[in-house]
Amino acid sequence: MSPTAPPGPDAQTAPVLLDRAGLQALVDALVARGFDVIGPTLRDGAIVYDRIADLAALPAGWTDRQEAGRYRLERRADAALFGYAVGPQSWKRFLHPPEETLWRARRQDDGFTITPEPPSPAPFAFLGVRACELHAIAIQDRVFLGGAHRDPGYAARRQGAFLVALNCGTAAGTCFCASMGTGPRAESGFDLALTELIDAARHDFLAVAGSEAGAALLAVLPTRPAGPEATAAAEAVLARTEAGMGRHLDTNGLKERLQANPEHPRWDEVAARCLACANCTLVCPTCFCTSVADHTDLAGTEATRVKRWDSCFTADFSFIHGGSVRASGKSRYRQWLTHKLAHWIDQFGSSGCVGCGRCIAWCPVGIDITAEAAAIRAMPGKAVGEGKGGNA
Amino acid sequence: MSAAPPAALADPMLPAPWRVRAVRRETADVVTLDLVPLASGVPCFAPGQFNMIYAYGVGEVPVSLSGDPADRSCFVHTVRAVGEVSAAIAGAAPGSVLGLRGPFGSAWPVDAAAGHDLLIVAGGLGLAPLRPAIYRVLARSERFGRIAVLYGGRGPAELLFRDELAVWGARADVTVAVTVDHADPSWHGHVGVVPALIGQIGFDPPNTVALLCGPEVMLRFTATALRAAGVAAERIHLSMERNMKCAIGLCGHCQFGPDFVCQDGPVLRYDRIAARLAVREI
Repeated sequence: MSPTAPPGPDAQTAPVLLDRAGLQALVDALVARGFDVIGPTLRDGAIVYDRIADLAALPAGWTDRQEAGRYRLERRADAALFGYAVGPQSWKRFLHPPEETLWRARRQDDGFTITPEPPSPAPFAFLGVRACELHAIAIQDRVFLGGAHRDPGYAARRQGAFLVALNCGTAAGTCFCASMGTGPRAESGFDLALTELIDAARHDFLAVAGSEAGAALLAVLPTRPAGPEATAAAEAVLARTEAGMGRHLDTNGLKERLQANPEHPRWDEVAARCLACANCTLVCPTCFCTSVADHTDLAGTEATRVKRWDSCFTADFSFIHGGSVRASGKSRYRQWLTHKLAHWIDQFGSSGCVGCGRCIAWCPVGIDITAEAAAIRAMPGKAVGEGKGGNA
Repeated sequence: MSAAPPAALADPMLPAPWRVRAVRRETADVVTLDLVPLASGVPCFAPGQFNMIYAYGVGEVPVSLSGDPADRSCFVHTVRAVGEVSAAIAGAAPGSVLGLRGPFGSAWPVDAAAGHDLLIVAGGLGLAPLRPAIYRVLARSERFGRIAVLYGGRGPAELLFRDELAVWGARADVTVAVTVDHADPSWHGHVGVVPALIGQIGFDPPNTVALLCGPEVMLRFTATALRAAGVAAERIHLSMERNMKCAIGLCGHCQFGPDFVCQDGPVLRYDRIAARLAVREI
């Protein structure tokens, strides 16, 4: 994997078929190569990414129903292993963990010494990375690795990671990746990509490699050639998923409208519903904001700095001497949406939204990013024509 | 799965130890610290840049450099004790050790202002981030047209660098005007807000560069007054303040529209931010 490679079709091998035992062999091979294998599991009524060693841990025969403010698991008629859309977590929590110790300082007679925290040892292998999530990882690569300063912890975790993508076989009511150009097909940025093919006669996974590491691994697995019928069946899966998208976001001209409309009445309207609970930023696979906290032991001999996920919805996020810059809920929602869909393009060259729909499903009051963006987009604002304000 | 980053790209979040060489009290709650590195040379910095300063076990805050960029013997920082961290830094005794990362951020366009009249307008603690620019300008004042330093504070007791203001004011090549919001019996100077000083000094607006630092409300009114006087928006430069945790564009706290104030700023061009500066809570 090349973490900084721009999205674009990777050189992919000819498709082959793995059966269920072959997929278990893939997991076994990853474990044998020292990877910490993470995949979808069932916990607390949701599908969450966690460590797996056996396909039995996967949510076989489950699917999800998602709508604004709603996420429910239901039984499927078959035993598909990946027959659902995305759950509350994304791979962000592994590559950009919710809490990370940055360094430890030890007091000495003459000042103190600071020692960086060593990176976590085992590289990750992710099983079942959706197209929207591949794009989210590529976006966080640009945030943490693409600028003047790199995040060394993210770089270490990202460099070692092995990505097994999954072409989605089902879309949720909250999905809109097709309109964002981020799915449902996994096009690049993976080591292997799978499409689950399941009917009365078969349960197979069409597999292609997207990297040398992926091709090398595929070569040692028990595969059989995929004929044109299997390839056509995989295409049909993707076409069905794309047609099943529950939502759509029209991004044409949206950046300019958002940046021109900071005083749009819709901001007040959405603020009356928004609880500023920060759920949307926590479930978002691209939201990257963090804070730091400093701790000392009781004796004061050791101090640690811990980096934690933070959210632009919290009151102290923008605190400076004299108070919070963004004291109102209106200004915080405006910051989040405008950053995500507009400023992000100025900062990192793409939208910050991949259309995964998590913020819609996990909003306790069901605020829908596609509806809010459409409402702002509907009204032309005065053109302010501002880009970045750098002093160059 | 490429190789580890080179050592030159070592962790930008790791503070280095710096010793407090000297402490000067400026006002009741403001001190100036001279800091020297324990393990390296003093890096170059550009006027307008800042460092992240860490007080052991308490925390880290951004603080502008306030010393002479030509002086490579130490970093100079002027700090007001307003919160827990800044109070710990302002209370650091000579000989004690602080952590330091930096310098970070954009600079005052001092060299680009050569050939123009130069207005340096500060409010309150905002004189500290402008002082390195003043040092650089006054070191070669012949490069500029008329030079003026306009400074406003709440009261006479809150004014920074009063001795230096007097020294600068005595020079023939610079005009210094100081005003206070609230006078006391000792004060015989101007009373009022900083923008009111603009009409009292001679300068050629179409050929003027202005550098502004102070509270945001002061920046807004000063920039508006300069525009009304005929100074071009693209020649007005403001140093913005936002919450900062990382100073390297990764934590998201300092966003001001599309800008990360820590790396696109703190010094930003007025023509590029005027619209958002007029919006509350951006």
